Amino acid sequence: MAETIPAGSTTDGVIQVGQPTDARVSAPASYDVADFPVPHGREEDWRFTPLERLRGLHDGTAVADGGVRVEVSAPEGVTVETVGRDDARLGKAGKPVDRVAAQAYSSFEKASVVSVPKEMVLTEPVRISVHGEGGTAFGHQLIELGAFAEAVVVIDHTGDATLAANVEYVIGDGAKLTVVSVQDWDDTAVHAGQHTALVGRDASFKSVVVTFGGDLVRLHPRVVYGAPGGEAELYGLYFTDNGQHQEHRLFIDHDTPHCRSNVAYKGALQGKDAHAVWIGDVLIRAEAEGTDTYELNRNLVLTDGARVDSVPNLEIETGEIVGAGHASATGRFEDEQLFYLMARGIPADEARRLVVRGFFAELVQQIGIPELEERLIDKIEAELEASVG
Amino acid sequence: MATLEIHDLHVSVEAEGGPREILRGVDLTVKQGETHAIMGPNGSGKSTLAYSLAGHPKYTITGGTVTLDGENVLEMSVDERARAGVFLAMQYPVEVPGVSVSNFLRTSATAIRGEAPKLRTWVKEVKEAMERLQIDPSFAERNVNEGFSGGEKKRHEILQLELLKPAIAILDETDSGLDVDALRVVSEGVNRVRESGQVGTLLITHYTRILRYIKPDHVHVFAAGRIAESGGPELANKLEEEGYEAYVKGGAST
Repeated sequence: MAETIPAGSTTDGVIQVGQPTDARVSAPASYDVADFPVPHGREEDWRFTPLERLRGLHDGTAVADGGVRVEVSAPEGVTVETVGRDDARLGKAGKPVDRVAAQAYSSFEKASVVSVPKEMVLTEPVRISVHGEGGTAFGHQLIELGAFAEAVVVIDHTGDATLAANVEYVIGDGAKLTVVSVQDWDDTAVHAGQHTALVGRDASFKSVVVTFGGDLVRLHPRVVYGAPGGEAELYGLYFTDNGQHQEHRLFIDHDTPHCRSNVAYKGALQGKDAHAVWIGDVLIRAEAEGTDTYELNRNLVLTDGARVDSVPNLEIETGEIVGAGHASATGRFEDEQLFYLMARGIPADEARRLVVRGFFAELVQQIGIPELEERLIDKIEAELEASVG
Repeated sequence: MATLEIHDLHVSVEAEGGPREILRGVDLTVKQGETHAIMGPNGSGKSTLAYSLAGHPKYTITGGTVTLDGENVLEMSVDERARAGVFLAMQYPVEVPGVSVSNFLRTSATAIRGEAPKLRTWVKEVKEAMERLQIDPSFAERNVNEGFSGGEKKRHEILQLELLKPAIAILDETDSGLDVDALRVVSEGVNRVRESGQVGTLLITHYTRILRYIKPDHVHVFAAGRIAESGGPELANKLEEEGYEAYVKGGAST
């Protein structure tokens, strides 16, 4: 939906200067769940989340029972390992930032590690399937790319599960990683976790987070830069239906000079008690001169009864930057638009489809993986069918 | 031959303090090939008539009938009316972000014609229609009405009129806000459609200016929610000279 969207509320964030690092989280980042108090729901980082629907992931009562299957298939030359907790490579991208992510880190037993050797350019994606069979699990995955390697990784979440899992991306110098994480859960699943990318010198990281399913999904896509010249593009697409809670809490830590970041998340909502939350935090630290960053969130509310909380936040500690901006807008599919399209013979459900398809089209094109684009468009259509009818 | 028959139409809108009656017994018959100008002062209910015929949900029909070739229009949904052949060119066309003009036109033509137009002939058809209306080709890829000037929006409405070829075209103040050049381009578009003899036109306007370009067969003066006087083109000349004053007073007392 280009740069504009139907008239509606606009929630431009505030520019804050000199805030403590990561002011939005209620406790310092840590690998140990014991370092985080059990949230009660009024904390800044928990206030939008219905804790009672987390099935104990936040208060230590959730117990793993192995009911989640993880399968990895990778092209030749890529190393896929299942490792124990003590593997020295784990945890390098960054510490967990909330209690659920720390719980996952403290509780997982085996981690999957996918390594793409330096200079290897993959022509086929690495596929990771995370399939829930009604169980509870704590997971950990590490994707690492050697210098100048290039890879596409698709992580598919399906089925029913209660899952707390973290994913780390460690991207070597000059490497290019595209990761697509699709949350195509059954509408009963609960999924929370952190995706942390450590972007090397002159490396590129592209993240596409697609959330359709789940009763509750709460993800923290995060980016830190290990060296200058890194670039991160974070795209997100969500379709929040009746009763679903889908929350994406982004943080980009510009702690290194001459890095770029671009964020675009778009969501459509329909149905009673559909609730989408988007938090976009960008911190440009004093040492991060030459930073160029932009973040955007757009929401399209298709029916009454849905709710969006969109909070962009930019903290700038140096004036020596190329650019920094953000935008957030939530629009409604209005009766007048529906009337206009119908007055041209287009039936109501077709009109709604036309508008939603248009809303997502530009974002879907930016993903740059034709096979995935097609799948997303089909999925969007299916979501519309399911809830319009 | 398509005929739109409006009989004793009464329409209300919800207002503070309850429903307010705006149309108070409209009688009008528009036949294919005819052009009827409906003229009247602001607030007389002209636009309400247009939107009621198209089925806008804001308006409640409280009495009377509207038929198109004997079919009850009032029972049809908005899109059914359009597919039955009723077209409303709006005074304030709505912006539809995210939907390109070309996608919109094709979706609409598919709905109206009952099948998707053949791609090759369709592209040519649209291109030629746009050229005739002096619409820049780049508009095809722009979002519907988004950022269009007033004149561009009106030309886009007439573009749809030309492509959709309705049985009954209702033009709601299509002339308002247009400069003389744009008015001529838009009027030529309307005339091309009229020359086919296939359309009955209901031209709703406040001013007589557009009637120099689009010659009506019948002129009706609308006042206080009904037709106060009907006549031929000469009635427009009378309005040009005398204005609506007589009808505003007269309308209130009847």
